[in-house]
Amino acid sequence: MSVELAGIVRLTLLIGGVATLAALPPAFVVAWILARWRFPGKVLLDGLVHLPLVVPPVVTGWVLLIAFAPAGPVGAVLERWLGVSVLFRWTGAAIAAAVMAFPLMVRAMRLSIEAVDRRLEQAARTLGAGRWRAYATITLPLSAPGVAAAAVLGFARSIGEFGATITFVSNVPGETQTLPLAIYAALQRPGGEAEVWRLAAVSVALSLAALIVSELLVRRAGEGVRVL
Amino acid sequence: MSFDVDVAAWRGAAQVGARFVAGDGLTVLVGASGAGKTSLLDMIAGLLRPARGHIRVDGRALFDAGAGIDLPPERRNVGYVFQDARLFPHRRVRANLLYGARDDRRLDAVARVLDIAALLDRWPRSLSGGEARRVAIGRALLSEPAFLLLDEPLSSLDPARREEAMRAIERVRDAREVPILMVTHDRAEAERLGDRIIPIGV
Repeated sequence: MSVELAGIVRLTLLIGGVATLAALPPAFVVAWILARWRFPGKVLLDGLVHLPLVVPPVVTGWVLLIAFAPAGPVGAVLERWLGVSVLFRWTGAAIAAAVMAFPLMVRAMRLSIEAVDRRLEQAARTLGAGRWRAYATITLPLSAPGVAAAAVLGFARSIGEFGATITFVSNVPGETQTLPLAIYAALQRPGGEAEVWRLAAVSVALSLAALIVSELLVRRAGEGVRVL
Repeated sequence: MSFDVDVAAWRGAAQVGARFVAGDGLTVLVGASGAGKTSLLDMIAGLLRPARGHIRVDGRALFDAGAGIDLPPERRNVGYVFQDARLFPHRRVRANLLYGARDDRRLDAVARVLDIAALLDRWPRSLSGGEARRVAIGRALLSEPAFLLLDEPLSSLDPARREEAMRAIERVRDAREVPILMVTHDRAEAERLGDRIIPIGV
């Protein structure tokens, strides 16, 4: 693996990893709310969460660009309070990847939370467990395979992110140029075919690895035991 | 009186409830399917909030609409054996049994009485219906409850398993440690096990 290729892979994994870890906790909270709560406007929240899944990625990227621009609502706050900007930075690429992966992660976790039998929590309560102990010892471990599957799915989605990323933080080698963006750049370059082949092969290998891990997790979830 | 219950709640359009007092030993509430037997036990366990009335066990108020008392299930010291066992699928039998227990000192004794000592390292999904039922009874007993609720503990068991479960309940009853409230639709079962029988939902 050339030095350059190694750098691209490392950046891709960094962005995918950070995006997944950052999106996981809020995605779990939203999945929990959608699975367990009833409130007016739930349909609206559900729709809002799924927006990045259905609108063109370039639109999501554009919205992020407006929000995080120096004069934008989020960008101005970051600038003033932290003195940082995420534009053209890997952090911005991670934000784009996290936003795009968010709905997929919520879906996976919502399903697994809904699949936990609430009557088991009731049983735990009658055995002397308070709300939190019942949650930590019953609900959380029983939905853990779904959380793990969501993380793998989110990671796979993140390392493949293209449209929103290139619109939001552009294609900066060494900073925002992940595997898909590097493939795109190589395609634009005359004589870049060999480079495309190599990058594509690595890309497929990474995605396949993520898929296999997720498959194993789902199978283990199917057994319904030995979760923790 | 061990049990002093007078409650009612709405389940959809139907009202369910009961009013009775009962002493020590095993009290059987007999009623047809749909008479609200499970709802009644849920109310006593704190899983369903009655619309009115009171629930007292051995003089302790678990619920009293007038006085604004409504203890959460974990503070009622209830041992509730559900009709569907509700064992925790991600924990072995031993961990299920000890979930509500302070320590494992009584584990062996309870396992012997219920004849489940050989099952301790098994997973719940590998148990037969009768075995799961007995583990559920053991789990409730080991949480050191002040009273025991049994919801149709013999239903959907074949005759041999039924006899096993019936004997297990008789042994728990005859130990006389806690008052037991059991609901069933089966009159013969009620007559064999119960110190007294109270019809409900009529």
